[in-house]
Amino acid sequence: MSDFASGSLTGKNLHLSFGSNHVLRGIDLHVEKGTTASVIGPSGSGKSTLLRVMNRLIEPDQGDILLDGRSVLKDNPDELRQRIGMVFQQFNLFPHKTVVDNVSLALRKLRKLPAEQARAEALEQLDLVGLKHKADARPANLSGGQQQRVAIARALAMKPEVMFFDEATSALDPELVKGVLALMADLATGGMTMVVVTHEMGFSRNVSDTVTFMDAGVVVESGPPEQLFTNPQTERLQGFLSDVL
Amino acid sequence: MDALDQLAKTFFDWEAMAAVIPNMLTVGLPNTLILAVSSGVLGCILGMVLAIMGTSRSTPLRVLSRIYTDIFRGVPAIVVILLIGIGLGPVIRQLTGSTNPFPLGILALTLMASAYIGEIFRSGIQSVEKGQLEASRALGFSYNSSMRLVVIPQGIRRVLPALVNQFISLIKDSSLIYLLGLLASQREIFRIGNDAAANTGNLSPLIAAAAMYLVLTVPLTHLVNYIDNRLRTGRPEKKQPDDAAALIGKGAQP
Repeated sequence: MSDFASGSLTGKNLHLSFGSNHVLRGIDLHVEKGTTASVIGPSGSGKSTLLRVMNRLIEPDQGDILLDGRSVLKDNPDELRQRIGMVFQQFNLFPHKTVVDNVSLALRKLRKLPAEQARAEALEQLDLVGLKHKADARPANLSGGQQQRVAIARALAMKPEVMFFDEATSALDPELVKGVLALMADLATGGMTMVVVTHEMGFSRNVSDTVTFMDAGVVVESGPPEQLFTNPQTERLQGFLSDVL
Repeated sequence: MDALDQLAKTFFDWEAMAAVIPNMLTVGLPNTLILAVSSGVLGCILGMVLAIMGTSRSTPLRVLSRIYTDIFRGVPAIVVILLIGIGLGPVIRQLTGSTNPFPLGILALTLMASAYIGEIFRSGIQSVEKGQLEASRALGFSYNSSMRLVVIPQGIRRVLPALVNQFISLIKDSSLIYLLGLLASQREIFRIGNDAAANTGNLSPLIAAAAMYLVLTVPLTHLVNYIDNRLRTGRPEKKQPDDAAALIGKGAQP
């Protein structure tokens, strides 16, 4: 898997509050084109919210988002989201549609491809994740790992410039995690720009190019994985790592 | 024995029933179906509008939908039918020259049915997990497209049983249209039974009418159970033996 038309992504000084709850308190995150940034941290630290702010599912109160160096805050948010694929913890496949229709829906309705061409492209994406033979099944009849790989194919079908993974393996049975992580590693080595919120420290350490540790809505520490995992500078990261490793 | 004979004659006079059944089948049944089906279809359309308003992000639309629903769900059917049918009758006659009470009857039934159907649709739409809307929006669909393509179709599926129940009560409520005054050719099942009962002083024609309603509604209640069951267990599908191969798909190769 390679030749993604990927781009760089930057979040600058992002702030977000829900009422008096200050969820993001000035986050800076930069992902170079074709690299993978993993975001780690305790639950409630704002990692998942950060993803939703960066594709404007939630509008930030303050700060800027740059895709390929250009601010996208004034763009139509729907068009921005077509350029950023997202994979969720709970898969969120559309249960009333077949697997192939899940993947081709956006191609037909947003890219306006004719039905046949959309199906052909969807089948191609399903082939990449090893599930072409499940094209006409319903999501409910797939295992969690298969569902998550369909969700990845669905996001990839739109030829995104960046991919977001929101704890993509957290809801999976342990034996199914490996297949999904392998697929994500494939994408990373293929040159996709990725932001991966994860509790999989192995993935974070071995696959990602940079690691960002968040706690209580701020970036506490970030840098290359060797540095963060072998030589954490802050007490909070040291404590977190000793809890999860 | 006299008392039993009396009862049998009052309720189960087969001759009186036989006399009324042809008319019930050829005139009453079609008219009942016209009333129930057209107000059912229109009620679904108006109900969907109310549900979309009721789940929208705009407060005025939500309030409007709420007020409508409260009114038409809270007033007895007979009151709405009389107010609409008798009240608007002269206006329609002036405008169109028509004295046919069916359009106004259908309108009254539609207004009430849509209040209930709107609530049914709204509860279905709101039962769809938030992640569905989020996933659709993350693909780049607008809020409206997401509702139309992803959320609403799932919501409707979940409430099909409740929708069929609503249609059953519409079939029964259509009998109230007799209050608007029907020509011989406009009578529905109940009115035909009632007229025959009044003319003969025997209630058997009403029993025939009741049986006719049951022929319509009992299969529908079983349809509800079937749909309900099907929705709960899903379509039976053959499991393929390659599920074990899932971990070794192309994507799993380094």
